[in-house]
Amino acid sequence: MSQITIHDLHDKLTAKEISAVELTKQMIAHRDAAEGEIHAYLSVSDEAALARAAAVDARIAAGEAISDMAGIPGAVKDNICIKGETCTAASRMLEHWVAPYNATVIEKLEAEDYISLGKTNLDEFAMGSSTENSYFGPSRNPWDTECVPGGSSGGSAAAVAANEAVWALGSDTGGSIRQPASFCGLVGLKPTYGLVSRYGLLAFASSLDQIGPIVKDVTDAAIVLNAIAGHDPRDSTSIPMEKKDYKKALKTDVKGLRIGVPDEFFGPGIKEETKAAIQSALKFYEGEGAEIVPVSIPHIKSGVSVYYIIAPAEASSNLARYDGVGFGFRMPGEDIVDMYIKTRSAGFGKEVKRRIMLGNYVLSAGYYDAYYLKALKVRKLLKEDFDQAFAKCDVIAAPSASGAAFKFGAFSDPLSLYMEDICTVPVNLVGAPSISIPVGFHDGMPLGMQLIGPTLGEERILNAAYAFEQAHPEYTKTAPKGDM
Amino acid sequence: MKYEAVIGLEVHTELRTATKIFCSCKTSFGAEPNTNVCPVCLGLPGVLPVLNKKVLEFAVRTGLALNCEISRYSKFDRKNYYYPDLPKNFQTSQYDLPICEHGHLDIEVDGKKSTVRITRAHMEEDAGKLVHHGTSITDSDYSLVDYNRTGTPLLEIVSEPDIRSAKEAVAYMEKLRAILQYCGVSDCKMEEGSLRCDANVSVRPVGQKELGTKTEIKNINSFRGVERAIEYEAMRQAQLLEDGGTVVQETRTWDEKEGVTKSMRKKEEANDYRYFPEPDLVPFTVSDEYIEEIRKTLPELPDARKARYMKSYGLAAYDADYLTNDKDRADYFEAMVAAGAEPKEAANWLMGDFAKLLSRDNLEMKAAPVQAAAMADLLKLIAKGTISGKIAKQVFSEMWTSGKTPETIVKEKGLVQISDTGALEELADRIIAANPQSVADFKAGKKKAVGFLMGQIMKETKGKANPQIVNGILTKKLSEQ
Repeated sequence: MSQITIHDLHDKLTAKEISAVELTKQMIAHRDAAEGEIHAYLSVSDEAALARAAAVDARIAAGEAISDMAGIPGAVKDNICIKGETCTAASRMLEHWVAPYNATVIEKLEAEDYISLGKTNLDEFAMGSSTENSYFGPSRNPWDTECVPGGSSGGSAAAVAANEAVWALGSDTGGSIRQPASFCGLVGLKPTYGLVSRYGLLAFASSLDQIGPIVKDVTDAAIVLNAIAGHDPRDSTSIPMEKKDYKKALKTDVKGLRIGVPDEFFGPGIKEETKAAIQSALKFYEGEGAEIVPVSIPHIKSGVSVYYIIAPAEASSNLARYDGVGFGFRMPGEDIVDMYIKTRSAGFGKEVKRRIMLGNYVLSAGYYDAYYLKALKVRKLLKEDFDQAFAKCDVIAAPSASGAAFKFGAFSDPLSLYMEDICTVPVNLVGAPSISIPVGFHDGMPLGMQLIGPTLGEERILNAAYAFEQAHPEYTKTAPKGDM
Repeated sequence: MKYEAVIGLEVHTELRTATKIFCSCKTSFGAEPNTNVCPVCLGLPGVLPVLNKKVLEFAVRTGLALNCEISRYSKFDRKNYYYPDLPKNFQTSQYDLPICEHGHLDIEVDGKKSTVRITRAHMEEDAGKLVHHGTSITDSDYSLVDYNRTGTPLLEIVSEPDIRSAKEAVAYMEKLRAILQYCGVSDCKMEEGSLRCDANVSVRPVGQKELGTKTEIKNINSFRGVERAIEYEAMRQAQLLEDGGTVVQETRTWDEKEGVTKSMRKKEEANDYRYFPEPDLVPFTVSDEYIEEIRKTLPELPDARKARYMKSYGLAAYDADYLTNDKDRADYFEAMVAAGAEPKEAANWLMGDFAKLLSRDNLEMKAAPVQAAAMADLLKLIAKGTISGKIAKQVFSEMWTSGKTPETIVKEKGLVQISDTGALEELADRIIAANPQSVADFKAGKKKAVGFLMGQIMKETKGKANPQIVNGILTKKLSEQ
């Protein structure tokens, strides 16, 4: 097998060229062989996977129709709850915590007869861009194991790129799906805020978090989105809407599509190779009859600042429940306060503590107006910028990251690493959907481009992404560590 | 110097919805610990809240009953603080856009009427309950947490500092309780914690405009506690100022046993709650139509009911107030009247013997063993002259313990009043003949001799003689002597 996708395997399963059990066994064997180098997984669930695979085979044998994802092994980021399995968020705090309930996305996937081979690595509580903040050690990039796979959904991206999973779920608060997808030569989709239920996703920043797929190609992105999107009464921020079939958006025709290109996304921090790859992608679109429109999003310059006020503020409150009282890690203390301090000092890693402190600071009396309130105002201005831009264009093209995957330890100070989020965080701040697709290589490492849509504009970005992908099969390659 | 107290009250009331504010767990008092819980109210990783619509409805209904403006745009906020009874270590509450604002309610103490403005009323979730293996969280070997109460909906009702005495504070609490009960939103049991009160108290020399430094008193668990705690605290502050000291802004706790308030924490130790908008619940709008729908469901409120009692039944203000400040009592009263009791008599009985037995047996109005219809029957027996008022007290007491009807008791015990003039005249003649001294006293102008003779007749008849008739006969016969 070379390019392993959901849609290919679905055809093979229904044509009975392979059984779900055989496929699952093969994937497990390959995963176990690759894991030593990649470390994409934090836990595995082979028994459950094989049982589900057998059930799918039985349905196929009985002549029943199966759903697109049925029997195709994937992986789930370890900040999404699967009943009866550990959900660690890559934190010592939850090292042994077993989720007593299913996230809504898992319930939806169960209805599709999904198979999960296990839970994937991440930066602790999804805070980071490299998986270097995982309590259980980092994952490695299947294109070059000296490089990070990106983050925070780095384990999901590494798993799919190394063919340790056909598809994976990630979560994206400030780029955590798109940036690792870009680093690993994959397709990553962050849906519109509210399109996919957050119920059962361990909250980092509630107003920014979204679950989405990390997959091999755009078709698979549409298939997974079909399975997980939809209104959920358990999530008050979920958008009430009719279910859509996103596969219908997979068309190569982009004639008349207006692609906005904001200068602000192509500033001095963005590497030349990234700019060049996106330029040539834009040329392709022009050749296909799309229109390139210069647009402006002036407040992008404040995006990172706003993000690093709002996200930590929400995180400081969301993570307050990890206190050693009701569940999770506890370090005994002299009294209750001492127990809190010891538990949280030992249970959280450096980056998480940094953000909790930052969040508490910006929310505290005397600083609230200067930081948090101001950040909310700029967030509104940013949203207005995007609205104005989308009055002139249908999708916006931007880099997914400044360049290709960086080496482990490349960023010693946190601030310069935060600046790397400049391309992705504005999208979360305005709630827009965005897909990252491979647009080329630099020194053998993949480069990514984002196609950002207006609210609920998933079909437009899938359409644009599909058109490019179908004309550029050379960018949808399998990583060296993915060969099976 | 003469001082006056300035008091504002913060009242928390548990809303009597079937399920909790953000999940579908049952709300109930006294269930086995940690049985009415789910991932949402336990604050487990990954859960999200969903607002129970009934909570909003109850809040709006209460707001309307308290003459509040209902916010058309409102939201929830997180109040962040660490405490082991709070599983998320933040309370989802409302900060700057509460559902109700700018209301008022009227109170009356010793005939003096006043209006207490209500600053705001907002929705929030309750915390769990700690059970200490010791006296407090700091000196216990361990403490246990019961999360059953976690997520019970609360309405916090905050008054302006318009209250001037402990008595007014109690009147405010009683009126508020009555309104909440009338609206059917809370059962308002202070002992069970479904109605809680924190008091902000300061004092100032009479005539001074500026407010003095206030203290906040917590842990008040009864209406009597409200009065005692405020009285104590106002006295303490006045004494402090009188002695040349200053009041320190702080939170104090009411010690019911010792009857004193004690310092809990100073202002500098106060929490910074780091409020911010709850990102898991989107801001919501309330339409005019929705508010009008709820306004239609408002019942007759205590003030209106009191006015009606005074007008239709001719009751005195005090009596009407007593009856209407407890919904169950007023309902009972009206049931008696509907069953044929004379309103004033019904009121007198409810305020007298009935109230005495309720309090003796420590019963709620609803749990009274005598039904309103039976009470009305008892009053009718008096009105018809079948029994005297004095005998009626005896019959009532018997009804309370045996549950028998008044007619049965009167029949079984032979308590029918003797109104037979012929028989009573004969008896009067006999008693007069046997007590010449009393006749002499009467002639000498000592009118109370009639009372003595009456007593003798009652003794002979075991209290069954009709006192009006006997009185007439005696007066007539003595004058004729």
